[in-house]
Amino acid sequence: MLPLLLLAPQLLVSVVFFFWPAWQAVHQSLYIPDPFGLKSQFVWLGNFEFLLGDQYYRSSFWTTAVFSVLVTAVSMSFALWLAVMADRLIKGSTTYRTLLIWPYAVAPAVAGVLWLFLFNTRVGLVSWYLAQVGYEWNHVLNPNEAMGLVVLASSWGRISYNFLFFLAGLQAIPKSVVEAAAIDGAHFWKRFWTIVFPLLSPITFFLLVVNVVYAFFETFGVIHTITSGGPQQATTILVYKVYADGFVGQDLGSSAAQSVILLIVVGILTVVQFRYIERRVHY
Amino acid sequence: MAGITLDSVRKSFGKNEVIHGIDIDIRDGEFIVIVGPSGCGKSTLLRMVAGLETVTSGDITIGDRRVNDLEPMDRDIAMVFQNYALYPHMSVFQNMAYGLKIAGTPKVEIERRVADTAKLLQLEDFLERRPRQLSGGQRQRVAMGRAIVRQPSVFLFDEPLSNLDAKLRVQMRLEIKALQQKLGVTSLYVTHDQVEAMTLAERMIVMNDGVAEQIGEPRDVYAKPATNFVAGFIGSPPMNFFGPSALKGYTGDSGGTLGVRPEHLTLCDETRGRLSGVAKYTEVLGAETLVHLVMNNGESLTIRQDGDSPAPDPGDNCFADFESSNLNVFDSQGRRVT
Amino acid sequence: MSGMVEKRGQGYWLTHVTLITGVLIIFFPIYLAFVASTVTQPEIVKPPMPLLPGDHFLENYREALVSGINAPVWRMLLNSTLMALGIALGKIIISLLSAFAIVYFRFPAKQFFFWLIFLTLMLPVEVRIVPTYEVVANFGMLNSYSGLILPLIASATATFLFRQFFLTVPDELAEAARVDGAKSMRFFIDILLPMSRTNIAALFVILFIYGWNQYLWPLLVTTDPQMNTIVMGIKQMFPSGDDIANWPVIMATAMLAMLPPITVVLFMQKLFIKGLIETEK
Repeated sequence: MLPLLLLAPQLLVSVVFFFWPAWQAVHQSLYIPDPFGLKSQFVWLGNFEFLLGDQYYRSSFWTTAVFSVLVTAVSMSFALWLAVMADRLIKGSTTYRTLLIWPYAVAPAVAGVLWLFLFNTRVGLVSWYLAQVGYEWNHVLNPNEAMGLVVLASSWGRISYNFLFFLAGLQAIPKSVVEAAAIDGAHFWKRFWTIVFPLLSPITFFLLVVNVVYAFFETFGVIHTITSGGPQQATTILVYKVYADGFVGQDLGSSAAQSVILLIVVGILTVVQFRYIERRVHY
Repeated sequence: MAGITLDSVRKSFGKNEVIHGIDIDIRDGEFIVIVGPSGCGKSTLLRMVAGLETVTSGDITIGDRRVNDLEPMDRDIAMVFQNYALYPHMSVFQNMAYGLKIAGTPKVEIERRVADTAKLLQLEDFLERRPRQLSGGQRQRVAMGRAIVRQPSVFLFDEPLSNLDAKLRVQMRLEIKALQQKLGVTSLYVTHDQVEAMTLAERMIVMNDGVAEQIGEPRDVYAKPATNFVAGFIGSPPMNFFGPSALKGYTGDSGGTLGVRPEHLTLCDETRGRLSGVAKYTEVLGAETLVHLVMNNGESLTIRQDGDSPAPDPGDNCFADFESSNLNVFDSQGRRVT
Repeated sequence: MSGMVEKRGQGYWLTHVTLITGVLIIFFPIYLAFVASTVTQPEIVKPPMPLLPGDHFLENYREALVSGINAPVWRMLLNSTLMALGIALGKIIISLLSAFAIVYFRFPAKQFFFWLIFLTLMLPVEVRIVPTYEVVANFGMLNSYSGLILPLIASATATFLFRQFFLTVPDELAEAARVDGAKSMRFFIDILLPMSRTNIAALFVILFIYGWNQYLWPLLVTTDPQMNTIVMGIKQMFPSGDDIANWPVIMATAMLAMLPPITVVLFMQKLFIKGLIETEK
């Protein structure tokens, strides 16, 4: 009895707020409600068929892919560069770590507001300076600029996290390995690409997965505050579309089907991550 | 104070029986050592007495209570664990006091008993420290202190010295022996180290594969091992075993095994030597020398002699003999005949 | 890495320059937000805005805290604090209990429950928002703290972490406690909890930030401005249509929204890093 009692709170919360809604998502994804919301019609995989044929949904997939690749690439490369620099220091790498980790604590939505302020078409400092050099910045109208801005804002807060893990990984590499390469005559960047970077590969892989998950699911706040998915859905990533179709558009069947597709995406990412963990256990 | 009785105690994990029926009467105040190779079931047996494992069949009695179904705390026992199992977040004082606190002992009484025990174990200066601030030997003492302070009827020791270095182990062994004699508490001590077993035990249980091969005083076990397993396990270097045909003039049963301890063998000339072989190598240990021979039938033979006796060179033909009373004869099942 | 190999030289200074540039780039948006929160609206709407803090700090922050735009910011700070604390503590408590049950007990269908809980490991609330919203609405928990907190507690990350930690605690310790007469709950409270202190604290730091920074969920379940959390409330402060946003007050609110989690990270840096690394293992 005691163990079940101990498990009860977590089971209860999980069933009510996790399994039941997840089941509902699957259930709803098979129905189309009538316009008055009174009856639903069972349509089998109709919602999914419709989604996969829908050019907006397909472009949302593509947007998400571009967005997550960019966010992952920008935040990881910048973080790796900083971590390599910080690791070169004999003293002071902890000071820089302190200076660099705290943006982690800034909520994506707040980061969105900060960057919106910088690039605001009326008052933004950066957009004003861009105008001075003859570039008319307008992310409200220009899809590419909108994408660039949400990528910047999403990557910015993420640098801390990647920096922390890269630095930890670099500091775990035995000095003797690097010194041996130095004695063999390899220069700094040669050493970096032939010795250090391969040794970092487990962490790099781990961060890849984690950052993709972040870009997929945790950047809603950035998108919502800066672009609300626009212009012309240019920044409507999948999670944003679930929200937009479900709450703004009230298209529950489609939104549920999208949730189910996202569930599958998450499932795949989870499997990838678990395989990574398993592999690391065998090291 | 209480004795312990084990009455055909068995233990199975699933279908796999690991203890095949152990019987022993332990007198009040007696120091019993269970010794055997790893996996022989000795720890399981101890943990059954402690109440940490259930008893599959048979009875365990402590004092005059059958304890099979009692929780460990109700068995009036205390246990010293192999890794000490000290609570890392508690001071030495708190570690020792924890059991008493749970039992609802008055605070003054707890303080008095912990102080007494700390004095006995020379831990007075460390009472406020955390376990990780102590050396291995000190931790070991705290683990003992935690057992002693509860004034149980029975001490259970599960390889308590195996994590110490060799020198400290010898010292702690002596301390445990002295403490046990002083306190007079019935003790059950598990080890795989036969030297610990020989030096500590009033009686020892030699276990192999879940069976008590022999129960007896160390001297008897050594002199008259009940099986060839015991003969080989107790004593270092181990007893020499050879087939009857290797012994010149032996007229007994030709199916069993004969055994002679290395220290009972002496090198001699050809006419008196009933055993013979070629010297392979000698180990000079100072006080004594071990001479290793290979007999004609390929079996090896170790002779332990004084350090100042002459030793043969490798390749020499050698002959050895012994007093006939020191011959151990085992039948084909490995049981002692004479 | 190469500290031992390459002594000071031009590379050394270059390293510092690079790092300082990086720090400045990262700092800049926040610095500018701070500046904006200390100047007047006219100074901002006539670009370029000033680059040095002005003297309207108290004024702007007072306006934000006391009146805000839809709801006073002190109210949103309170809501955020309660939500973050509720999520952090709630998750820690239910996870400790269930991890304890899973590691230290044998009971029927244990495997089943184990998988039931661990299935929730990586599914963010974002993925199942519509049905979860409906459940919460059906329970009448819209615009309530329980509605804000409970659905975000349903995840097994903390359970997984505690399970991993409990597995490293030697069995002998539990046995010693049993011999000492401690029943299972007593062992949990006297031994296991104190031993988990640093893990609990590290997890608390991470979960507090996680809870504080929630955006989508509060956006859905709090329609009453009095229940808004600060992170979502900022967006609500932007006017719809062509009106110009009240930037000084919005930026003061943004600063206030960042302050608690940043303070937590800076002052509990060790715990934060430990928490971050362990929750991801």
